[in-house]
Amino acid sequence: MKPAPFKYVRADSVEEALSVLAKFGDDVRVVAGGQSLGAMLNMRIVTPTIVLDINRIIGLSKIESGADIVTGAMVRQADALSNSAIRRHVGLLAQALPHVGHYQTRNRGTLGGSVAHADPSAEIPLVLATLGGEIELRSARRVRRVAAKQFFRSALVTIRGGDELVTALHWPRASSDLDAAFFEFAVREGDFAIVAVACAFERGARRMRLGFGGCGEVPHVVEVSAPSGTNANWVEEIARELSKQLDFRSDLLASANYRRSLATVLARKAMIASIEKARAYA
Amino acid sequence: MLEVEAGAKTTLHFTLNGKPVQAEAEARMQLADLLRHVLKQYGTHVGCEHGICGACTVLIDGRAVRSCLIFAAQVEGATVTTVEGLAGDNGELNDLQLAFRKHHALQCGFCTPGILASATQFLSEHANASERDIRDMLSGHICRCTGYTGIVEAISATAQNRKSRDKKQTSTEKDE
Repeated sequence: MKPAPFKYVRADSVEEALSVLAKFGDDVRVVAGGQSLGAMLNMRIVTPTIVLDINRIIGLSKIESGADIVTGAMVRQADALSNSAIRRHVGLLAQALPHVGHYQTRNRGTLGGSVAHADPSAEIPLVLATLGGEIELRSARRVRRVAAKQFFRSALVTIRGGDELVTALHWPRASSDLDAAFFEFAVREGDFAIVAVACAFERGARRMRLGFGGCGEVPHVVEVSAPSGTNANWVEEIARELSKQLDFRSDLLASANYRRSLATVLARKAMIASIEKARAYA
Repeated sequence: MLEVEAGAKTTLHFTLNGKPVQAEAEARMQLADLLRHVLKQYGTHVGCEHGICGACTVLIDGRAVRSCLIFAAQVEGATVTTVEGLAGDNGELNDLQLAFRKHHALQCGFCTPGILASATQFLSEHANASERDIRDMLSGHICRCTGYTGIVEAISATAQNRKSRDKKQTSTEKDE
Protein backbone atom coordinates (compact mmCIF):
# COMPACT_ATOMS: atom_id res chain seq x y z
CA MET A 1 0.00 0.00 0.00
CA LYS A 2 1.69 3.12 -1.24
CA PRO A 3 0.13 6.52 -1.83
CA ALA A 4 -0.54 7.68 -5.37
CA PRO A 5 2.04 10.29 -6.46
CA PHE A 6 1.51 13.75 -5.02
CA LYS A 7 3.42 16.98 -4.81
CA TYR A 8 4.81 17.62 -1.33
CA VAL A 9 4.83 21.19 -0.08
CA ARG A 10 6.28 22.08 3.30
CA ALA A 11 5.12 25.46 4.55
CA ASP A 12 7.32 27.32 7.02
CA SER A 13 4.66 29.88 7.97
CA VAL A 14 0.88 30.18 8.11
CA GLU A 15 1.05 32.74 5.28
CA GLU A 16 2.85 30.28 3.02
CA ALA A 17 0.31 27.57 3.80
CA LEU A 18 -2.57 29.96 3.09
CA SER A 19 -1.10 31.01 -0.26
CA VAL A 20 -0.95 27.34 -1.33
CA LEU A 21 -4.54 26.80 -0.19
CA ALA A 22 -5.70 30.00 -1.96
CA LYS A 23 -4.21 28.79 -5.20
CA PHE A 24 -5.02 25.08 -5.17
CA GLY A 25 -7.94 24.77 -2.68
CA ASP A 26 -9.64 21.40 -2.83
CA ASP A 27 -6.71 19.74 -4.63
CA VAL A 28 -4.75 20.07 -1.38
CA ARG A 29 -4.75 17.82 1.66
CA VAL A 30 -3.19 19.37 4.75
CA VAL A 31 -1.09 16.98 6.82
CA ALA A 32 -0.81 17.75 10.53
CA GLY A 33 -0.07 14.58 12.54
CA GLY A 34 -1.04 12.40 9.59
CA GLN A 35 -2.31 9.54 11.76
CA SER A 36 -5.57 9.35 9.80
CA LEU A 37 -4.49 11.02 6.56
CA GLY A 38 -1.36 8.85 6.25
CA ALA A 39 -3.47 5.68 6.36
CA MET A 40 -6.00 7.14 3.89
CA LEU A 41 -3.21 8.10 1.49
CA ASN A 42 -1.59 4.66 1.79
CA MET A 43 -4.91 2.99 1.00
CA ARG A 44 -5.57 5.52 -1.76
CA ILE A 45 -8.89 6.46 -0.22
CA VAL A 46 -7.68 9.99 -0.96
CA THR A 47 -5.44 10.95 -3.88
CA PRO A 48 -4.72 14.67 -3.57
CA THR A 49 -2.57 16.58 -6.05
CA ILE A 50 -0.73 18.33 -3.23
CA VAL A 51 0.06 17.30 0.33
CA LEU A 52 0.67 20.44 2.38
CA ASP A 53 2.80 19.80 5.48
CA ILE A 54 2.22 22.26 8.34
CA ASN A 55 4.46 20.47 10.87
CA ARG A 56 7.24 23.06 10.65
CA ILE A 57 5.02 26.06 11.40
CA ILE A 58 6.26 26.82 14.90
CA GLY A 59 3.45 29.22 15.78
CA LEU A 60 0.82 26.48 15.49
CA SER A 61 2.13 24.41 18.42
CA LYS A 62 1.36 26.88 21.19
CA ILE A 63 -1.05 26.40 24.07
CA GLU A 64 -2.28 29.75 25.36
CA SER A 65 -4.18 30.21 28.55
CA GLY A 66 -6.41 33.31 28.52
CA ALA A 67 -10.18 33.71 28.73
CA ASP A 68 -10.25 30.47 26.72
CA ILE A 69 -7.56 27.84 26.47
CA VAL A 70 -6.36 28.20 22.89
CA THR A 71 -4.51 25.30 21.34
CA GLY A 72 -2.69 25.78 18.04
CA ALA A 73 -3.73 23.34 15.34
CA MET A 74 -0.40 21.47 15.55
CA VAL A 75 -0.50 20.75 19.30
CA ARG A 76 0.22 17.02 19.58
CA GLN A 77 -2.22 14.90 21.56
CA ALA A 78 0.60 13.64 23.82
CA ASP A 79 1.63 17.22 24.61
CA ALA A 80 -1.96 18.25 25.34
CA LEU A 81 -2.26 15.29 27.69
CA SER A 82 0.72 16.41 29.76
CA ASN A 83 -0.14 20.13 29.68
CA SER A 84 -1.05 21.57 33.09
CA ALA A 85 -3.41 24.28 31.73
CA ILE A 86 -5.40 21.65 29.85
CA ARG A 87 -5.48 19.32 32.84
CA ARG A 88 -6.66 22.12 35.09
CA HIS A 89 -9.04 24.04 32.83
CA VAL A 90 -10.18 21.58 30.15
CA GLY A 91 -10.53 18.51 32.34
CA LEU A 92 -12.97 16.82 29.98
CA LEU A 93 -10.35 16.85 27.21
CA ALA A 94 -7.72 15.46 29.59
CA GLN A 95 -10.12 12.62 30.45
CA ALA A 96 -10.86 11.87 26.79
CA LEU A 97 -7.30 12.02 25.40
CA PRO A 98 -6.09 8.65 26.75
CA HIS A 99 -8.85 7.09 24.60
CA VAL A 100 -7.54 8.73 21.41
CA GLY A 101 -5.64 6.15 19.34
CA HIS A 102 -2.57 4.72 21.04
CA TYR A 103 0.44 5.98 22.98
CA GLN A 104 2.42 5.94 19.69
CA THR A 105 -0.20 7.72 17.55
CA ARG A 106 -0.74 10.40 20.23
CA ASN A 107 2.98 11.22 19.91
CA ARG A 108 2.28 12.45 16.41
CA GLY A 109 -1.49 13.05 16.12
CA THR A 110 -2.73 16.58 16.75
CA LEU A 111 -5.81 18.22 18.24
CA GLY A 112 -6.42 20.37 15.16
CA GLY A 113 -5.95 17.50 12.74
CA SER A 114 -8.50 15.36 14.54
CA VAL A 115 -11.07 18.18 14.46
CA ALA A 116 -10.40 18.99 10.78
CA HIS A 117 -10.69 15.28 9.90
CA ALA A 118 -14.11 15.06 11.65
CA ASP A 119 -14.47 11.34 12.15
CA PRO A 120 -17.95 10.72 13.68
CA SER A 121 -16.53 8.59 16.50
CA ALA A 122 -13.46 10.72 17.27
CA GLU A 123 -13.09 11.89 20.86
CA ILE A 124 -11.54 15.35 20.34
CA PRO A 125 -14.35 16.74 18.13
CA LEU A 126 -16.86 15.29 20.60
CA VAL A 127 -15.27 17.07 23.57
CA LEU A 128 -14.96 20.35 21.67
CA ALA A 129 -18.64 20.19 20.69
CA THR A 130 -19.76 19.21 24.20
CA LEU A 131 -17.90 22.12 25.78
CA GLY A 132 -19.24 24.58 23.20
CA GLY A 133 -15.76 25.33 21.83
CA GLU A 134 -14.81 27.07 18.62
CA ILE A 135 -12.60 26.46 15.62
CA GLU A 136 -10.41 29.23 14.24
CA LEU A 137 -10.18 29.19 10.46
CA ARG A 138 -7.84 31.33 8.42
CA SER A 139 -7.63 32.00 4.72
CA ALA A 140 -5.63 34.55 2.76
CA ARG A 141 -8.80 36.71 2.87
CA ARG A 142 -10.06 36.45 6.43
CA VAL A 143 -9.99 34.93 9.89
CA ARG A 144 -13.17 33.53 11.40
CA ARG A 145 -14.22 31.56 14.42
CA VAL A 146 -16.91 28.93 14.02
CA ALA A 147 -18.76 27.15 16.83
CA ALA A 148 -18.14 23.40 16.87
CA LYS A 149 -21.91 22.95 16.51
CA GLN A 150 -21.77 24.62 13.07
CA PHE A 151 -18.37 23.27 12.06
CA PHE A 152 -19.17 19.55 11.77
CA ARG A 153 -21.55 18.94 8.85
CA SER A 154 -21.39 15.21 8.23
CA ALA A 155 -18.98 12.30 8.52
CA LEU A 156 -15.53 13.66 7.50
CA VAL A 157 -17.22 16.83 6.21
CA THR A 158 -16.84 20.23 7.82
CA ILE A 159 -17.72 23.81 7.01
CA ARG A 160 -14.05 24.59 6.21
CA GLY A 161 -13.64 26.21 2.80
CA GLY A 162 -11.03 24.85 0.38
CA ASP A 163 -8.86 27.93 0.93
CA GLU A 164 -9.07 27.77 4.73
CA LEU A 165 -6.74 26.27 7.33
CA VAL A 166 -7.74 25.24 10.86
CA THR A 167 -5.24 27.30 12.85
CA ALA A 168 -6.47 26.94 16.44
CA LEU A 169 -9.11 25.51 18.75
CA HIS A 170 -10.74 27.57 21.49
CA TRP A 171 -11.67 25.57 24.58
CA PRO A 172 -13.89 27.37 27.10
CA ARG A 173 -12.10 27.52 30.42
CA ALA A 174 -14.08 25.36 32.84
CA SER A 175 -15.48 27.28 35.79
CA SER A 176 -14.63 25.85 39.17
CA ASP A 177 -18.12 24.39 39.48
CA LEU A 178 -17.88 22.20 36.40
CA ASP A 179 -17.64 18.45 36.81
CA ALA A 180 -16.98 16.33 33.77
CA ALA A 181 -16.86 12.69 32.81
CA PHE A 182 -16.02 10.77 29.65
CA PHE A 183 -16.82 7.16 28.78
CA GLU A 184 -16.57 5.13 25.62
CA PHE A 185 -16.76 1.56 24.48
CA ALA A 186 -14.52 0.15 21.76
CA VAL A 187 -13.88 -3.45 20.75
CA ARG A 188 -10.14 -3.08 21.30
CA GLU A 189 -8.17 -0.43 23.11
CA GLY A 190 -7.33 2.41 20.71
CA ASP A 191 -10.01 1.41 18.20
CA PHE A 192 -12.69 3.81 17.14
CA ALA A 193 -15.39 3.94 19.79
CA ILE A 194 -18.69 2.29 18.94
CA VAL A 195 -20.26 4.91 21.20
CA ALA A 196 -18.62 7.64 23.30
CA VAL A 197 -20.35 9.94 25.78
CA ALA A 198 -19.01 13.15 27.31
CA CYS A 199 -20.76 14.95 30.15
CA ALA A 200 -20.17 18.43 31.58
CA PHE A 201 -22.20 19.28 34.66
CA GLU A 202 -22.46 22.78 36.12
CA ARG A 203 -22.99 22.25 39.81
CA GLY A 204 -24.47 25.67 40.61
CA ALA A 205 -26.87 26.00 37.67
CA ARG A 206 -27.50 22.24 37.65
CA ARG A 207 -27.11 22.35 33.91
CA MET A 208 -25.75 19.35 32.11
CA ARG A 209 -24.34 19.12 28.61
CA LEU A 210 -24.18 15.63 27.20
CA GLY A 211 -22.28 14.85 24.00
CA PHE A 212 -22.71 11.63 22.05
CA GLY A 213 -20.09 10.35 19.61
CA GLY A 214 -20.52 7.47 17.17
CA CYS A 215 -24.25 8.20 17.09
CA GLY A 216 -24.94 9.64 13.65
CA GLU A 217 -22.59 11.60 11.43
CA VAL A 218 -21.50 14.38 13.79
CA PRO A 219 -21.16 14.84 17.56
CA HIS A 220 -24.63 15.25 19.01
CA VAL A 221 -24.88 17.58 22.02
CA VAL A 222 -27.92 18.06 24.24
CA GLU A 223 -28.44 20.24 27.27
CA VAL A 224 -30.58 19.07 30.15
CA SER A 225 -31.26 20.63 33.52
CA ALA A 226 -30.86 18.33 36.46
CA PRO A 227 -33.50 18.58 39.22
CA SER A 228 -31.97 19.13 42.63
CA GLY A 229 -31.56 16.02 44.69
CA THR A 230 -31.01 14.12 41.46
CA ASN A 231 -31.51 10.43 41.93
CA ALA A 232 -30.73 7.34 39.93
CA ASN A 233 -34.27 7.13 38.47
CA TRP A 234 -34.01 10.55 36.94
CA VAL A 235 -30.66 9.74 35.38
CA GLU A 236 -32.04 6.49 33.99
CA GLU A 237 -35.03 8.29 32.43
CA ILE A 238 -32.93 11.01 30.83
CA ALA A 239 -30.44 8.51 29.43
CA ARG A 240 -33.24 6.46 27.91
CA GLU A 241 -35.04 9.52 26.55
CA LEU A 242 -31.91 11.01 24.97
CA SER A 243 -30.79 7.83 23.30
CA LYS A 244 -34.27 7.57 21.72
CA GLN A 245 -33.70 10.90 19.98
CA LEU A 246 -30.42 9.86 18.40
CA ASP A 247 -29.88 8.43 14.96
CA PHE A 248 -28.22 5.00 15.09
CA ARG A 249 -27.11 2.85 12.21
CA SER A 250 -26.18 -0.77 11.97
CA ASP A 251 -22.77 -1.61 10.59
CA LEU A 252 -20.19 -4.39 10.77
CA LEU A 253 -19.33 -3.52 14.35
CA ALA A 254 -22.72 -3.18 15.96
CA SER A 255 -26.44 -3.11 15.29
CA ALA A 256 -28.46 0.09 15.74
CA ASN A 257 -30.21 -1.45 18.75
CA TYR A 258 -26.94 -2.37 20.38
CA ARG A 259 -25.64 1.16 19.84
CA ARG A 260 -28.79 2.63 21.38
CA SER A 261 -28.46 0.44 24.42
CA LEU A 262 -24.76 1.31 24.72
CA ALA A 263 -25.54 5.04 24.47
CA THR A 264 -28.08 4.68 27.29
CA VAL A 265 -25.63 2.86 29.53
CA LEU A 266 -22.71 5.22 28.86
CA ALA A 267 -24.89 8.35 29.27
CA ARG A 268 -26.07 7.05 32.63
CA LYS A 269 -22.50 6.28 33.72
CA ALA A 270 -21.25 9.72 32.60
CA MET A 271 -24.08 11.55 34.37
CA ILE A 272 -23.66 9.60 37.59
CA ALA A 273 -19.87 10.12 37.54
CA SER A 274 -20.29 13.89 37.06
CA ILE A 275 -22.92 14.15 39.79
CA GLU A 276 -20.79 12.13 42.17
CA LYS A 277 -17.84 14.43 41.57
CA ALA A 278 -20.14 17.37 42.26
CA ARG A 279 -21.32 15.74 45.52
CA ALA A 280 -17.79 15.83 46.84
CA TYR A 281 -18.22 19.62 47.08
CA ALA A 282 -21.60 19.52 48.82
CA MET B 1 8.91 26.62 1.72
CA LEU B 2 10.02 23.30 0.27
CA GLU B 3 8.31 21.92 -2.82
CA VAL B 4 8.89 18.43 -4.19
CA GLU B 5 7.05 17.75 -7.44
CA ALA B 6 5.13 14.47 -7.82
CA GLY B 7 7.60 11.83 -8.99
CA ALA B 8 10.63 14.03 -8.27
CA LYS B 9 13.14 13.28 -5.53
CA THR B 10 14.36 15.43 -2.68
CA THR B 11 17.70 15.11 -0.92
CA LEU B 12 17.37 14.60 2.82
CA HIS B 13 19.79 15.03 5.67
CA PHE B 14 19.08 13.55 9.07
CA THR B 15 20.70 11.60 11.88
CA LEU B 16 20.14 7.85 11.83
CA ASN B 17 21.32 5.88 14.84
CA GLY B 18 23.83 8.53 15.77
CA LYS B 19 25.32 8.97 12.30
CA PRO B 20 24.52 11.70 9.79
CA VAL B 21 22.96 10.34 6.61
CA GLN B 22 22.05 11.78 3.25
CA ALA B 23 19.42 10.08 1.12
CA GLU B 24 17.10 10.68 -1.80
CA ALA B 25 13.39 10.14 -1.50
CA GLU B 26 10.32 10.68 -3.62
CA ALA B 27 7.62 12.91 -2.09
CA ARG B 28 5.27 10.01 -1.41
CA MET B 29 7.88 7.65 0.05
CA GLN B 30 7.15 6.53 3.60
CA LEU B 31 9.98 6.70 6.13
CA ALA B 32 9.70 2.91 6.61
CA ASP B 33 10.50 2.39 2.93
CA LEU B 34 13.37 4.87 2.99
CA LEU B 35 14.89 2.96 5.92
CA ARG B 36 14.49 -0.46 4.32
CA HIS B 37 14.74 0.06 0.57
CA VAL B 38 17.15 2.97 0.34
CA LEU B 39 19.23 2.80 3.52
CA LYS B 40 19.07 -1.02 3.77
CA GLN B 41 18.28 -0.98 7.45
CA TYR B 42 16.08 -4.06 7.65
CA GLY B 43 15.53 -3.98 11.42
CA THR B 44 12.40 -1.87 10.97
CA HIS B 45 9.57 -4.19 9.95
CA VAL B 46 6.55 -3.26 7.88
CA GLY B 47 3.27 -4.93 8.73
CA CYS B 48 -0.05 -3.27 8.01
CA GLU B 49 1.08 0.04 6.48
CA HIS B 50 -1.80 1.94 8.03
CA GLY B 51 -0.68 2.55 11.57
CA ILE B 52 -2.46 -0.31 13.33
CA CYS B 53 0.09 -3.10 13.89
CA GLY B 54 2.97 -1.02 15.30
CA ALA B 55 5.73 -3.15 13.72
CA CYS B 56 7.32 -0.18 11.92
CA THR B 57 7.51 2.05 15.04
CA VAL B 58 10.80 3.98 15.31
CA LEU B 59 11.99 6.86 17.49
CA ILE B 60 11.93 10.29 15.89
CA ASP B 61 13.51 12.91 18.14
CA GLY B 62 12.97 10.50 21.03
CA ARG B 63 9.31 9.80 20.35
CA ALA B 64 7.86 6.48 19.21
CA VAL B 65 6.19 7.07 15.85
CA ARG B 66 4.78 4.87 13.07
CA SER B 67 7.27 5.06 10.20
CA CYS B 68 4.52 4.03 7.74
CA LEU B 69 2.51 7.16 8.56
CA ILE B 70 5.26 9.69 8.10
CA PHE B 71 6.85 10.60 4.82
CA ALA B 72 10.59 10.42 4.45
CA ALA B 73 10.66 14.10 3.45
CA GLN B 74 9.27 14.98 6.90
CA VAL B 75 12.33 13.78 8.86
CA GLU B 76 14.70 16.36 7.32
CA GLY B 77 16.96 17.46 10.18
CA ALA B 78 15.49 15.00 12.67
CA THR B 79 17.14 12.31 14.79
CA VAL B 80 15.86 8.85 13.96
CA THR B 81 16.61 5.76 16.04
CA THR B 82 15.74 2.25 14.88
CA VAL B 83 16.40 -1.10 16.55
CA GLU B 84 19.86 -1.07 14.94
CA GLY B 85 20.67 1.94 17.13
CA LEU B 86 19.70 0.40 20.46
CA ALA B 87 22.61 -2.00 20.91
CA GLY B 88 26.09 -0.73 21.77
CA ASP B 89 28.77 -0.11 19.11
CA ASN B 90 30.15 -3.59 19.59
CA GLY B 91 26.70 -5.11 19.09
CA GLU B 92 26.18 -5.64 22.80
CA LEU B 93 22.46 -5.71 23.61
CA ASN B 94 21.18 -2.99 25.93
CA ASP B 95 19.40 -3.72 29.23
CA LEU B 96 15.94 -3.67 27.65
CA GLN B 97 16.98 -6.06 24.89
CA LEU B 98 18.63 -8.40 27.42
CA ALA B 99 15.41 -8.38 29.45
CA PHE B 100 13.46 -9.33 26.32
CA ARG B 101 15.77 -12.31 25.87
CA LYS B 102 15.63 -13.34 29.50
CA HIS B 103 11.81 -13.12 29.78
CA HIS B 104 11.08 -14.78 26.42
CA ALA B 105 9.44 -11.59 25.23
CA LEU B 106 9.73 -12.58 21.59
CA GLN B 107 9.27 -15.61 19.45
CA CYS B 108 9.22 -14.81 15.74
CA GLY B 109 10.55 -11.31 16.40
CA PHE B 110 8.50 -9.50 13.78
CA CYS B 111 6.86 -7.07 16.22
CA THR B 112 9.92 -6.70 18.48
CA PRO B 113 11.78 -3.75 16.86
CA GLY B 114 8.64 -1.62 17.09
CA ILE B 115 7.92 -2.62 20.67
CA LEU B 116 11.53 -1.87 21.66
CA ALA B 117 11.18 1.63 20.18
CA SER B 118 7.97 2.30 22.12
CA ALA B 119 9.34 0.79 25.34
CA THR B 120 12.49 2.93 25.06
CA GLN B 121 10.48 6.16 25.11
CA PHE B 122 7.97 4.78 27.61
CA LEU B 123 10.64 3.77 30.16
CA SER B 124 12.28 7.18 29.89
CA GLU B 125 8.97 8.76 30.98
CA HIS B 126 7.60 6.15 33.40
CA ALA B 127 10.17 5.08 35.97
CA ASN B 128 7.36 3.58 38.09
CA ALA B 129 5.27 2.04 35.35
CA SER B 130 2.46 -0.23 36.51
CA GLU B 131 1.41 -3.28 34.56
CA ARG B 132 -1.70 -1.33 33.53
CA ASP B 133 0.48 1.49 32.08
CA ILE B 134 2.67 -0.99 30.22
CA ARG B 135 -0.32 -2.81 28.77
CA ASP B 136 -1.89 0.50 27.73
CA MET B 137 1.29 1.44 25.84
CA LEU B 138 1.48 -2.07 24.33
CA SER B 139 -2.05 -1.78 22.95
CA GLY B 140 -0.39 0.06 20.08
CA HIS B 141 1.46 -3.11 19.03
CA ILE B 142 0.23 -6.43 17.75
CA CYS B 143 2.17 -9.56 18.76
CA ARG B 144 0.74 -12.90 17.66
CA CYS B 145 3.31 -15.16 19.34
CA THR B 146 3.73 -14.30 22.99
CA GLY B 147 0.35 -13.35 24.40
CA TYR B 148 2.23 -10.26 25.71
CA THR B 149 3.00 -11.78 29.13
CA GLY B 150 6.75 -12.01 28.53
CA ILE B 151 6.82 -8.53 26.99
CA VAL B 152 5.12 -7.00 30.02
CA GLU B 153 7.55 -8.82 32.32
CA ALA B 154 10.61 -7.69 30.34
CA ILE B 155 9.57 -4.02 30.36
CA SER B 156 8.58 -4.16 34.01
CA ALA B 157 11.88 -5.84 34.97
CA THR B 158 13.86 -3.19 33.04
CA ALA B 159 12.05 -0.43 34.94
CA GLN B 160 12.83 -2.16 38.26
CA ASN B 161 16.48 -2.76 37.36
CA ARG B 162 17.01 0.82 36.30
CA LYS B 163 15.47 2.05 39.53
CA SER B 164 17.69 -0.08 41.75
CA ARG B 165 20.72 0.83 39.60
CA ASP B 166 19.91 4.55 39.99
CA LYS B 167 19.47 4.10 43.74
CA LYS B 168 22.83 2.38 44.02
CA GLN B 169 24.46 5.14 42.04
CA THR B 170 22.97 7.82 44.27
CA SER B 171 24.14 6.04 47.43
CA THR B 172 27.64 5.58 45.99
CA GLU B 173 27.75 9.29 45.18
CA LYS B 174 26.73 10.04 48.76
CA ASP B 175 29.49 7.79 50.10
CA GLU B 176 32.02 9.65 48.02
